[in-house]
Amino acid sequence: MKFLVLISNVPDTTTKIRFVDDNKTFDTTGVQWIINPWDELALTRAVELKEAGGIEKITVANVGESITEATLRKALAVGADDAIRIDAKPKDAFYVATQLAEVAKDYDVVMVGIEASDYNGSAVGGMLAEILGFNSVSAVSGMNIENGQLSLTREIDGGQQKIEVETPVVTIVQKGIAIDPRIPAMRGIMMARKKPLTVVPAVDAEEKTEYISFELPPPKAACKLVDEDNVKELVRLLQEEAKVL
Amino acid sequence: MNFEFTDEQLMIRQAAKDYAERELLQDVLERDAKAEFPARHIKNLAELGFMGMMVDPEYDGSGMDTVSYVLAMEELSKIDAATSVVISVNNSLVCYGLCKYGTEEQKQKYLKPLARGEHIGAFLLSEPEAGSDAMHQHTSAEDKGDHYLLNGTKNWITSGNSASTYIVMAQTFPEKGYRGINAFIVEKNSPGITLGPHEDKMGMRSSDTHSVMFTDVKVPKENRIGEDGFGYKFAMKALEAGRIGIAAQAMGIAAGALERALAYAKERKAFGTEIANHQAIAFKLADMAVKVENARNLCLKAAWQKDNGQPFAMASAMAKLYASDIAMEVTTEAVQIHGGYGYVKEYHVERLMREAKLTQIYEGTSEVQKIVVSRTLLRE
Repeated sequence: MKFLVLISNVPDTTTKIRFVDDNKTFDTTGVQWIINPWDELALTRAVELKEAGGIEKITVANVGESITEATLRKALAVGADDAIRIDAKPKDAFYVATQLAEVAKDYDVVMVGIEASDYNGSAVGGMLAEILGFNSVSAVSGMNIENGQLSLTREIDGGQQKIEVETPVVTIVQKGIAIDPRIPAMRGIMMARKKPLTVVPAVDAEEKTEYISFELPPPKAACKLVDEDNVKELVRLLQEEAKVL
Repeated sequence: MNFEFTDEQLMIRQAAKDYAERELLQDVLERDAKAEFPARHIKNLAELGFMGMMVDPEYDGSGMDTVSYVLAMEELSKIDAATSVVISVNNSLVCYGLCKYGTEEQKQKYLKPLARGEHIGAFLLSEPEAGSDAMHQHTSAEDKGDHYLLNGTKNWITSGNSASTYIVMAQTFPEKGYRGINAFIVEKNSPGITLGPHEDKMGMRSSDTHSVMFTDVKVPKENRIGEDGFGYKFAMKALEAGRIGIAAQAMGIAAGALERALAYAKERKAFGTEIANHQAIAFKLADMAVKVENARNLCLKAAWQKDNGQPFAMASAMAKLYASDIAMEVTTEAVQIHGGYGYVKEYHVERLMREAKLTQIYEGTSEVQKIVVSRTLLRE
């Protein structure tokens, strides 16, 4: 079984977010890039399954410019066998899915994080399955392979659903798919340099989104202290200002 | 001049940071309180390749450079220097010494399990009456033909109980002075070895420090490192490299204290604003940052010189001297910035301050580093 794990290159989760160009562009100055945490969990599970003998090969792929190669090298260090970088600036979910469809068609299982921690679009996985005509399963929190059969666990309201699915399939995975992202061992880090990283040109694809502007959330309001005898005022604040009652 | 790190070096730094923040941080306070050895962490870090970082993969090491080692030591020491000292002794004293001066047989038998982290190494030089004065070893190694007979006591041995491979310096030819000292690989389970009690230390409490007594301990001849009488030179050469590890550790302790002080100063309010907005605190933070950056650069320069085959004794002594002194200063200021909270264990900075103190003492006190630096200066 051949696995493709999609890797989104995102700013470190502690990055201070700033916008430039009239608030239309994210300012990447000084940003440290990481593997999208959900993709990292997906990759960790794929590596675990490969170690258990259920997977023939793991490829990682992304759509990005050369700056994203460090992120792909880390994925190789964690345990992917090879990497593909589609040489383009990711524009929107449809653009990214169209590019990925070109390389994903030869794989049995595609794993993609439920969302990327930068734009939180949650759209690429579903679009990719649609373009390729693959099965797709969302909210996957567990994955196993037994006797060549892929079995998945999905999170549903109040419980879990166990399903078996035919390949090829796009699995959209979330928290639970692996416990902690795998820390690459030094042997893996050294081997990553020698593993193949193929750069492929982008295909023409329509850009369907225009970004009008970005806005930062308002700064946190100061903490309000209510006198301990004044329960009425507390209830009023919770109702009218916090709107939680 | 290039100040950029390679992708591999950055990945190693990140791996160390991830492990430290995710795993070491969880139980560091508890291990410090109970003086409990980080056995589980050493096993995990060994699997990730941290126990034999600079050993050639041919001998089961990770084959990394010393710059990577400095980066890893910094990140681990920000959170837990008691764990990082076990790593430092194993890597830069024991594995380095064996890599550089061990025979092929010694490397196959002892270096490989040390580099894999299956065995932990300890370096036995200090004695009750020979700490900084390492030339005057009282432990004796009598030549008995096919073996040596070791008698004496070693003090302040990091990983004294947890280690299974000791490197022991002992006197074979007292009449020759320091030129009569030999270095030996000794298996800890050899008959005649007894351990003193676990030292109840001020800091680095979860590393296990013991004195080790030798009574007629037989050591096979083939376990001697180098030529007859090479032991003192061996110890000094190993310590040159070891200093880079401890310098990086001290710098990491300081960097960890700075990070915590910075975060606290941006949150804690006094007189109507965050305390970072008071110049008294902001200037402290500036001074701390300059010191940490200086220490980092000294460590990296010593590492770079070692990686590039240049002499590094002076650079490593400077790095160790400066980094350990500023670790004490920076951690003390971090406690001050935290005020009363800095004096309780929950906020970590009091522990970092206790840990910093030891870096001025072990693997050559600050005074010994000044001897190394001044002698090199005056010789040049």
